[in-house]
This record gives sequence, C-alpha cells and structure tokens, in this order.
Amino acid sequence: MSSVRADADPQPPGARGQAGPVLAVRDLSVAYAMDRGAVLAVDRVSFELYPGEFLGIVGESGCGKSTLLFAIAQLLASPAAVIGGSVDFKGVNLVGMTDSRLTAVRWRDMSVVMQSAMNALNPVKSIGSQFKDAMKAHGVTSADEIAGRSAEVLRMVGIDPVHLKSFPHQLSGGMRQRSMIAMALLFTPDLVIMDEPTSALDVVAQRSLMVQIKNLQAELGFAVIFVTHDMSLVSHFSQRLMVMYAGQVAEWGATRSVFDTPRHPYSIGLMDAFPSIKGERVPLTGIPGRPPDLSRRQQGCWFAPRCPQVMAVCTETNPDLYPVRDALVRCLLYAAGADGAGADRAGADGKAGGD
Amino acid sequence: MRFAFRRAGFFLLTLWIALTINFLLPRLMPGNPALAMVSKFHGQLNPQALHALEILFGINTQTSLWQQYVTYLHNVFTGNFGTSMSFYPASVRSVIGGAIWWTVGLVGVATVLAFVLGTGLGIVSAWRRGGQLDSVVPPVFVIASAVPYFWVAMVLVLIFGISLHWLPYIGGYNVSSDTPSLSPSYFGDVLSHALLPAAALLITTIGTWILTMRNAMITTLAEDYVRMARAKGLPGRRIMLDYAARNAILPNLTGFAMSLGFVVSGAILIEYVFNYPGVGYMLLQAVSGEDYPLMQALFLLITVAVLVAILIADIATALLDPRTRTAG
Amino acid sequence: MSMPISGVSTAGPAGPAGPEPATGAPAGPAAPPATRALSRMARAVRSNRKATVGAVLLGIFILVGLFPGLIAHDNPNADAYAPRLGISTAHLLGTTAYGQDMFAQVIWGTRNVLIIAFVAGLATTGIAVLVGVAAAYLGGLWDGSLSLFTDVLLVIPIFPLLIVIAAYLHGGTTIVLILVITVTSWSYTARQLRSQALSLRNRDFLAAARVRGERRLYIIVVEVIPTMTSLLVACFLTNALYAVLFASSLQFIGLGDPNTVSWGTMLYWAQNNAALQTGQPMWAIAPGACIAVLGAAFALLNYAFDEIGNPALRSVRRTRVKRAG
Repeated sequence: MSSVRADADPQPPGARGQAGPVLAVRDLSVAYAMDRGAVLAVDRVSFELYPGEFLGIVGESGCGKSTLLFAIAQLLASPAAVIGGSVDFKGVNLVGMTDSRLTAVRWRDMSVVMQSAMNALNPVKSIGSQFKDAMKAHGVTSADEIAGRSAEVLRMVGIDPVHLKSFPHQLSGGMRQRSMIAMALLFTPDLVIMDEPTSALDVVAQRSLMVQIKNLQAELGFAVIFVTHDMSLVSHFSQRLMVMYAGQVAEWGATRSVFDTPRHPYSIGLMDAFPSIKGERVPLTGIPGRPPDLSRRQQGCWFAPRCPQVMAVCTETNPDLYPVRDALVRCLLYAAGADGAGADRAGADGKAGGD
Repeated sequence: MRFAFRRAGFFLLTLWIALTINFLLPRLMPGNPALAMVSKFHGQLNPQALHALEILFGINTQTSLWQQYVTYLHNVFTGNFGTSMSFYPASVRSVIGGAIWWTVGLVGVATVLAFVLGTGLGIVSAWRRGGQLDSVVPPVFVIASAVPYFWVAMVLVLIFGISLHWLPYIGGYNVSSDTPSLSPSYFGDVLSHALLPAAALLITTIGTWILTMRNAMITTLAEDYVRMARAKGLPGRRIMLDYAARNAILPNLTGFAMSLGFVVSGAILIEYVFNYPGVGYMLLQAVSGEDYPLMQALFLLITVAVLVAILIADIATALLDPRTRTAG
Repeated sequence: MSMPISGVSTAGPAGPAGPEPATGAPAGPAAPPATRALSRMARAVRSNRKATVGAVLLGIFILVGLFPGLIAHDNPNADAYAPRLGISTAHLLGTTAYGQDMFAQVIWGTRNVLIIAFVAGLATTGIAVLVGVAAAYLGGLWDGSLSLFTDVLLVIPIFPLLIVIAAYLHGGTTIVLILVITVTSWSYTARQLRSQALSLRNRDFLAAARVRGERRLYIIVVEVIPTMTSLLVACFLTNALYAVLFASSLQFIGLGDPNTVSWGTMLYWAQNNAALQTGQPMWAIAPGACIAVLGAAFALLNYAFDEIGNPALRSVRRTRVKRAG
C-alpha cells in the first residue's frame, strides 16, 4: 500500500472557495440514551471548514463540544449516537459508515488529539510502538519507513527521537502532548481535531504548544478544529470561532467578529469573565446560574434563565440562527433584522438552524 | 526494586503471623485439645513423638512459652513437623509428601484452565457489550458464584458418576485394579479419575475470572486511549487485546492470587466429596481423626502456598507494568 | 464459594461521559441523608431486574424461616416414618435413612441458616465498618497499622483457618460458628469500606462539618456513614453470603452441631450415609439447592448494588436512539 504522504500540498489559510470545504457538517445531532429517555447533546450543528483553516469551538463543560468532536470523528460510543444530519469529509458522508470503510479515512486524512495525553496514550506501550501501531494499521510495513517517519514527526514537534523508546509516564506533560500531536501528523492529514489539548498544561506550556501547532499548520497546511473552554487562548490563533451552549451553536463567525464584538449574551458573558491583562480594570463578572439540564427539554431559548437581556418572548420561542454582519447569532435580539441583518454574508457560513 | 522489597517484607510478616497463629491457637483453646489427643493415643507413642507433641502443643512441659516458641520455629524451618497420629508411625512430612502431588496436579491444572478460559471469556464478553454472550454471562455466573463447591461436586457425581456411569468418582485412581507406575494405563486411570473433580473446580471458579475481567475491561474500554486507538483506525482485535486487555488484566493478576485462598477452600471440599487423596482430603481426615500435628502442618502448607502465589503475582504485575518497572 | 466478585468499587469514576441528568431526590431537604439514601435504594431495587429477583427470593426464604410450621407439618427431628421413602405427596422430598421427613427438615432448617446469615453478616459488617472507616478517618499510624492488620488477615486463607479453629473446639453450636466466622472474615469488606471512606474524606460537606467544629466521632457516624449506605448494604450482602457458605461447609464436614436442623447438617448426614449412592439423592441435592438459591439471592442483590453504584456496568438495554445514516 502507499506510504506516508510527506509531500502535502498546503493550501494557504483562508483560501476558500478554491477547493471546496474539507469538512461540511450539516444539521448534526447527537443523542444519549439515558434511563429517562433520549437526551439531545448536540442539536443541529452546521458549519463548513476549508483547507488550512483554524476553527475554535468554545463553551462551558457539558455544552456538547466534545461530543460534537467525537461525532465528527465517528468515535461516539454507546449510549451516544448520531441521530441526524451529515458529516461530509472531502465530499463523503461519514455518518453511518462502517468501521472498515472508516479505517481508510482514519488517521490518514483525519486525526485526533485528545485532552490529556496521560490518558490518551496507552500506558503500557512505548511511544514508538504506538506510532508503529498506527502506521501498520494503514499498510506501512517496512521497519525502516516506520522508524524514519516516527523520528521525523517527533523532530517536527521538537522532541528528540530517542524518546520513541520511552513510556508515556516518563515524559513531561508538555512532551506528552507534543508527542500526541506528532502522532496525529504521521500521515499529514487534511484535518486534525483537537479536544482541549492544552487544558492539562500550565500557561507557559500552553502558549508554546499553540505556537507550535500554528507553525506546523502553516508548514503542512492541515485544517484544525480546536475545542476549548479558554476563549482568549484560542482567539489568538483561530480564523473562525464558534460558541456553543446547551448543544447548540450560540454564535458563529470570523474570530475577529465574535471575539471583538460578541453579540449573543452568553458570548458577552464569556468575554467579561476573562479580563484583559492589558486593558482597564473592570469588575469581574461571571455568568449567574448553572448550565442547563439537557434532559429537561423546555420551550424557548436555553439561555433565557441566565440571560441578562432576557425578553418575554425568549421563554416561548426557540431562536434560530440569525445573520448579523459576518456572524450568525442564535438570539431573538437579532431576529427582526436588527443590527445589520442581511448585510455582508461573505464571512458567514452554514445554514440558519431551522426549528 | 523497592517495591519488591516491600512485597517480600509483607510476605515474611504474614508468614510469621501465620506461624504464630498456628502456635498459639491450641494454647488458647479452652482445655488444651492436645491433651485429649495424647490421652487417646497414650501408650502408642514413642518418646520422639511425645517430645514433638510437647513442643507443638505445649503440654507436659516445664519450658517457658517463649522457649517453646523458639523451638517450634526452629522445627518448622528444619521441616520437622512431628509424627502423624492417624498414620502412625509415619512422619507428618512423609504423609504430606504423598498427598501433595495429587493436589498440585488437580488444583494446578484446573485453576490455570479456569483462569485462562475465564479471562478470555471476560474479555470477549466485555468487548461485545450488549451482545448475546454479554447478556447471558453475567447473571449466569453471578448465580454460579453463590453455589457451594461441594454441591456442584455432588451434582456431577450424581449425573456423570452414578446415573450415567461415565466417569469414576472415588479416589485418585482405581486402587483395586491399578498400582502406581509409569504405564499408560495408570495415567489413563488417573486422568479419568481427575476429570470430574477438575470439572467441579473449573465450574465453580471460572465465574470469578469471567466477571472480574469483564468488569475491569468495561472500565478500561471507557478510557481515552482506547478511544484514541479507534481514532487511529487500529483493527478491533488489536485494540481489544493490546490496548484494553493488557491494561485491564494488570490489577487482575493480584486478584488471581488472592482468590487462590478461595480456590483452596473449594479444593478441600471437592477432594472430600470425591475422596481424592490430596492435601485437602488429608486435612479433613486429620480433623476427624484428631490428628493435630498433621492438621497444623497442612494448614501451614496451604497458607504458605497461597502467600507464595500472591508474592509471585505481585512481582509479575510489577514486571509487566512499565510504570513500576522503570520507576523502580 | 468463589472469590467475591467486585465490580469496580462503588467509589469509582462514572461511566462514559455524557450529559448529567439531575437525579431528583424525592425526600425534601429536611430528610436526613440516611433516609434519602434508603429510599433511593428502594427505588433502584425495584427498577433493576436482578435486584428484584434477588429481593423476592430472599423474601420467600425469610417468610419460610419465620413461619416454618405453616408449610411443613412434620417434626423435622422425629424419626417417625419408614426410612428411605421416595418422593410422594405425603413426603414431598421423601424420608432420610433415619425415617425423618426431608421436606420438613429443609423448611425448618431455613431458620438456622437465616439466623447465621443475618447475625454473622451484621456482626462481620460491623467489625469491617469499625476497622475500615476508623483507619480511613484516623489516618497516619492508625491507618497504617489497621490496614496492615487487615491485609495480613485478608491473605491468610479463611476456610482452612476456620477448619483448624473449629477442629480444636471439637465443632460447635450455631453461636460458636457465628463467632468464629465473624472473627475471621471481616477483612475483605473492611478494605472496601476503607477505600470508599478515604475517597469521601476530602469532600466538601465533611470540610463544612469540621469547620462547624463537630467532633470526629460525630462526623464519622452522622456524616460519613450515611453517605456510604449503598456500599454498607453491599458489604452486608457479601458477608451474609459468605457466612452461609462457610457455615454450611463447616457443618457439611462435621464441624457444626450435627443435631441442629440445618441445610449443612442435612448434607453431613447425607454424605455419611452415602445418600447419592444409595438412591436418596434428594437428601443431598435438596439442601444444597437451597443454599445455592439463597446464595444466589444475596449475590444478585449484591451485583445489582454494584451496578447501582457504578453505572458503567449496567446492561446496555435502555431506550434505543434511532441511528442516522
């Protein structure tokens, strides 16, 4: 079978429209089968991702972002299952594909980096043997090739290849995380999905890891979906930003738009929770209340109980995604075309969620 | 290395406590039971036997408790367990020597089989959650774990031995027609006599392995590195064995040795039902014959065997887990 | 009588990550934690099939043990009948080699077995709680020595020890059996309780109690123990099960009191009279089956409690979501 693609043809970031999206998610919904009935964890999420783009997804714990990632990568396990929508990866819908057909896509074209490398790496196997497993699973059999490529990806992330013989517990947290990234790049995939890869690291290591990811992306041209709860961290590195709440897309658009001028009251609350180290001193406000219990479906907007700008209509009508300049916002404040509806949509993507 | 020392230390401590319990028990009982035994066998004992009894049980002696203790320990470590009352004048050591191989063969083989089969079934059962195997296995074996060993043995005797006449159910070999030799017919005889007891042991112990392995696998399968392995597109078999089972089994190994204590209990009862001439059967013979020297020695033997097994399992776990191996 | 099956301990992590449905507590905030825990358990037992079967079986045995005279009309001890009779309507299980009605023996024997199960089970659990929770809560040198003691006792094989002790005592009455079993078999559950108590030690509500100035003993009894209710019940079930198995085994090999009416002693007499070979299989099979069923009841309830404590182990047969694609 073919060997690893070391000669990736990188697309310049933001070069959309030339090659079609790498990933097109439409109305994706995921439910968990619980004792009391099905609970909707991801509710009709749609977006498109172009080659070389960096998409950040932020939200509180339990908002469904990790579930969304696993759903895209077809890694859900019972009791969770995709119940609707499609995930078009390079034109092919992955939802419902059998494991044997998925194997062709897995890791060669789409790879995953998980939150805690200590948990995501098999503790009883050396780093090198885990790299080897991945390569052998995709038809690379020559020992030389395996050794060569393993050393190459480790060097790419700044780790001495001697650590191929090391076990996960022998590496530092930052090194473990970087070796996971190295592993994700073995076949120079088109898309790398990252689930909070920096959450387990200290601030300094976080930053250096992000810079490294960005450099690799520039060099190899893969697209990135980056899930985190740290809005400020990802906003420095992403082109598009999606805010999730209660399994739905709350706000979605170009990072500069969503980060600099958040419109959804939840996004505004998230911004206010992260004071700027350079800006003025402002009182720290959190978002009052607690995340909603998704097993209790209710009428109206999920965020209404905690929203500082709640209106009477918010508890009756479920908001759709409304276009606001170059973003989409799921808030009734923008329903009737307030604040530039229908204006520049060149930066916004995805369908408005129907109800 | 430090880990190995700690485990060895624990082993020695437990050994010492077991020895001390053995020493103190008869002395703590109301009315030293050994006295009754001695008077029962009075007249038949030669001076050495009597002396050994004094040391073991502290009767008719002027020496202090501490002195008795020291002598007792010395005897134990030189292998002097005295003379057997019920097999007089054979020494306890020779009686045990004759019985021990029967037990090692029976229990050893049956347990290894049960462990291998049980662990395998547990792995597959957890891997195919919700499948047919998994819905049948847990309830069946949970119930099986509550069934007394000897009852299973009896049922087997009833069905296969008495009703169907398929297999023999008494003794280790047919004493009336065969004598121990290296002939194939003798081996065949031994094998056929071992079948039912081994089956009883297998049936009653396999449930534990299946269920503990299954439960450990289920927890391991929820781990991130298993999900990661799926994400890498690794073949199912490799994930099941190399990523899940290898991690799930590590804590199981020590459990294996710990449960040897229960396996031994079962073996005692099963040997009793089948009159199988092993160590367990000897123990119960000693009990009914009030042959305390033999009984004590057998208790020590069983305890030490279990302790050694646990020590080996501990060390094996440490060697297999790179986290302890490299950290030292 | 195999090794206790432990699901991952009840203090373990939750199963596959999913949205957390709020578990509504039925009793109001005024109800003490113990009552809340018990009612939650009662609900769990009703909804879990295994637990229900186990509970029903146990209930049947308890009823039989309380009112044996209603079911069996013969005196179990009287050798009033012709020996070795087969099964008939007059003698549902036949008669023994001594002319006693077997059915009556099985029914009346239930009482002895249940007494052993509950008394020994409770006493053993009591000791286990004392040692386990004290070790976890006192910490330091206390924890070290208590744990070491527990571990040593855990590793020494219990049944042979029981045999030796009972042999020296020349067998014993039910009380002696209960005592001997209690003294030797608390270590396994003590370890389980200790590890859960340890995991609870640093929880917020305990810190709050400490800050309020409550004394240690108060905290242990009033705050910690009620939180461990479900594990306590599971431990009781384990200990009751082993008490039954150990006691019957001791009686079987003749170390119980052969004159008490119990399942184990029936087996003893059956074995002594070569019941299987002489065409009276019921003499051995019936009491053995009863032990097995009672044990199964305890084991099922115990297994169900493991599942209740660790949702990851539950059988996958819930509301199905229709998959897309």
